[in-house]
Amino acid sequence: MATIAVSADQVPEQPKALTLFFRYLNRNKGLALGLLILLLLTLFTVIGLLVINPKHAYPLSAALKQPPSLKYPFGTDFFGRDLFAAMVVGMWQTAAIGLLAGGIGTFIGVVLGFSSAYFGGWVDSGVRTICQILTPIPVLLIQVVIAGSLDKRDVTILTMALIVVLLAWMGPTLVIRAQVLTMKERQFVAVAKLSGMSDFGIIFKEILPNLLPFIAAAFVGQVFAAVFASLYLAVLGLGPLREPLLGNIIWAAQSQGAFFNGWWWWPLEPAFGMILILGSLALINMGLDELANPRVRKSE
Amino acid sequence: MSSTIASAQAGSRNATQAFDASGEPPVLRVKNLEVTYYTDSGRAKALDDVSFSLSAGEKMGMVGESGSGKSTMALAMMRMIKPPGRVEGGSVFIDDVDLMALDPKAMRQARLNKIAYIPQGAMNSLNPVMRIGSQMVDAIKSHAPSESRTAIQDRCMHALKSVDLDSSVFGMYAHELSGGMKQRVCIAIGVLLEPKVIIADEPTSALDVVTQRQVMETIDRVQDEINAAVILIGHDMGLMAQFVDKVGVMYAGRLVEVSTVRDMFTDPKHPYSQALISSLPNLDNKGVFQGIPGLAPSLLRLPSGCAFHPRCTKVMDTCPKVRPEVEYLPDGRMVICHLYDEETEH
Amino acid sequence: MSIKIIVKRLLFLVLVIWAASTIVFFVPRLSSRNAIRERFGELARTGGFSPGDLEKLIASMQQQFGLDKPLLEQYLQYLNNVIHLDFGYSLYKYPSTVTELISQALPWTIGLLLVTTIIAFVMGTLLGAVAAWPRAPGWLRAFATPFILLTGVPPVIMAILLVFFIGFRLKWLPLGSAYSVGVVPNWSWTFFFDLMAHQILPAFSLILGSVGAWVLSMRGMGITIQGEDYVNFAEHKGLTGGRIFRDYYLRNALLPQVTGLALALGTVVTSAVIVEGLFGLPGIGSLLNLAIRSNDFPTIYGIVLFITIAVATLMTVLEFVYPLLDPRIRNT
Repeated sequence: MATIAVSADQVPEQPKALTLFFRYLNRNKGLALGLLILLLLTLFTVIGLLVINPKHAYPLSAALKQPPSLKYPFGTDFFGRDLFAAMVVGMWQTAAIGLLAGGIGTFIGVVLGFSSAYFGGWVDSGVRTICQILTPIPVLLIQVVIAGSLDKRDVTILTMALIVVLLAWMGPTLVIRAQVLTMKERQFVAVAKLSGMSDFGIIFKEILPNLLPFIAAAFVGQVFAAVFASLYLAVLGLGPLREPLLGNIIWAAQSQGAFFNGWWWWPLEPAFGMILILGSLALINMGLDELANPRVRKSE
Repeated sequence: MSSTIASAQAGSRNATQAFDASGEPPVLRVKNLEVTYYTDSGRAKALDDVSFSLSAGEKMGMVGESGSGKSTMALAMMRMIKPPGRVEGGSVFIDDVDLMALDPKAMRQARLNKIAYIPQGAMNSLNPVMRIGSQMVDAIKSHAPSESRTAIQDRCMHALKSVDLDSSVFGMYAHELSGGMKQRVCIAIGVLLEPKVIIADEPTSALDVVTQRQVMETIDRVQDEINAAVILIGHDMGLMAQFVDKVGVMYAGRLVEVSTVRDMFTDPKHPYSQALISSLPNLDNKGVFQGIPGLAPSLLRLPSGCAFHPRCTKVMDTCPKVRPEVEYLPDGRMVICHLYDEETEH
Repeated sequence: MSIKIIVKRLLFLVLVIWAASTIVFFVPRLSSRNAIRERFGELARTGGFSPGDLEKLIASMQQQFGLDKPLLEQYLQYLNNVIHLDFGYSLYKYPSTVTELISQALPWTIGLLLVTTIIAFVMGTLLGAVAAWPRAPGWLRAFATPFILLTGVPPVIMAILLVFFIGFRLKWLPLGSAYSVGVVPNWSWTFFFDLMAHQILPAFSLILGSVGAWVLSMRGMGITIQGEDYVNFAEHKGLTGGRIFRDYYLRNALLPQVTGLALALGTVVTSAVIVEGLFGLPGIGSLLNLAIRSNDFPTIYGIVLFITIAVATLMTVLEFVYPLLDPRIRNT
């Protein structure tokens, strides 16, 4: 009788969490690449902030119109900014706008989405109607109106973030609402309700932990949208003009005809910086999507 | 009844010369079918050396807990196992054609034509944006492209009629039908080309009791009409007992016992079958439900030897050590259990 | 679709336009800056207006923004104007009205927008569908990957890259305006090709900058649909791969994609407008650029409102198309 006896000690042990994480990253290469780029950008910004003099990111602090060289690794622009310093500060400011607007937008979305789905009734119909009415309005254009109506001196990194977030909380609200609605129907919530847990207890102990992947995905998506929106506003010349925000550098280069004058490095550097930021966020977002929604997971 | 047992025995032992007592060869012979899933946490053998055979007009029920490999077996027979799963070996003969050896194009032609599958999730098995009729017509057209329009139409109407559906269903959409009607449509599609073998994968799950019965009767009737061999997958032993000729019991990817319905209910051989049968409610001990202790094992970490031994009430010294093999009892029944080692060796 | 739903949708459209007009009306009033006075001061300093014109302009502004009337009355007057697509006079190009300026610029924008959106949507949808289709050959599925990576490159950035590498470095294509300097617009093939050559880079910026998003959303939807029971059953039925792909998979995955198109219209139009401005093509984009640079507020607000109304109307139209694709919502 041909027998294959597999004894218990031959069975491989369940791998450790860290190993599983790296194994998952190996399969979800997009997420891995996105995280890697984000890590490199963070290193660039943090080390950059330690190395440079932030004053050099502002006009008349360096020689004018210098191509990249040893002294100015990224060159300088028409206004006498050291573009290396400008890129470091701009990267930091872009990140600040993204995180601030993304954070606030996600927070509003989570609170509204939760209340809407959990309490239902008029709260739900109110939130839903407002979202439905605001969704067809092109957010970027309304932001143009707001940014355009402000005094140029009032436009700072903070107001920029607030303008961006003003009409960008509907997305996460609807996503979180839909998820809470499906979760509300699940068994474990019903059990918690029957066992007499309070509304807040259920929200924080039962629903919220299960929502984290969706909240994380919504947050990354919001940061992406915020960086995107701030880029558009800045390219239109509606950003905080004094600041070396990446979009502002592009706008400045564009309005000085940088390509026609041969200063190719001036607009290209912030453009590539933007590609890296948005690219890494897009990759992470896709990766998280795959994590949060098992059906999207690849079969191999 | 005895002829079918003989065919099961002979078919499994020696497929090339399998003839039952009446001299009619079994229409379906499954031999040593094996499926493995390759997952992050290891390999899972979802189907392990499964062999059986069926004659035309015969009905076989496949029972077992969720994850015991019933649906995997159905998908493997249709050659529809998707990665990370893989059919590792074995053959599925319909008459003299081994489905496993066909090229993809021939296999596509064989589906529905030779072997039809009636899906588990009939609620969601019909395309929501196509009319029912179009979904029947495209099935016929892909197998008989030269058939005339009226012939195709006739075929569809006949199939709908045979499952007791009104011909107006032809022009309807899935969302306009009830659950039982959708299941009937799936059966009608399954018999469109009068296949030799029909696999119905839990055709009655998600239906209410009355509809369940109607659906089972429908399967019964259409089977008689085209004289196909039918495999019914399900875990409702009671419902199955009324409709099938023989029963196969699956546990952890293995087919651990095949018996006629009568034998299975009066004298189950495998301890797992015994537990299944005694867990059925009956009028003598009503109110007393006897479950099976323990949980179904994870396919990733199967117990050594016989996978059932941790839950078995008749466990012996050899059980955790030696993997039991297929055995044929003197009366022709198939079982995989060390309890019968001596009976078959002497 | 019942009359009731049509009425409901149209009512909703009115509500959206009302909300947008309200935002555009009140936001400038909330800021610390009095746009019109500021602009008038500037105009008076730089001159170029005859005193009579200036008086007329102020009068029209007073009437348009009704600075002398109570707020409520101003508001109602404003809404009434918006309904009649009357956005007042341009400050920069007085005595042209904003509506005149928009209608001159509009054909250019619509041409570019229509061509690029259709190409990007169709291409992205097909690539995404193939990328999520397990039965498609590997090389074909891999085709979508570079486009997915392009999601990180918005049209504006794509425009800068294309301008530099194709326009300046390789000098393959002309840059900078609608047609070459010194060419007089006429109905000849030479002029037509010149015109088209100038449209290629902006069009490519928009297509390459937006196709990734369509690939991605279609791929996500496709992965869900390809696992649906009806797709599996179609394969059990022995249908050919092409038929399953077209009738069972694509048709179902397309439904949310069309909704996605409706929802993305705002961003699509905005991107086109900004890219247009960047390339200096005559169109809404350049008009907006000019208006922002010269503090021409009526024009900025007019463009924003006009685009909002157009987008909201298009979305409503798409909602009417949706039941044609999905029988399930036809009779609800």
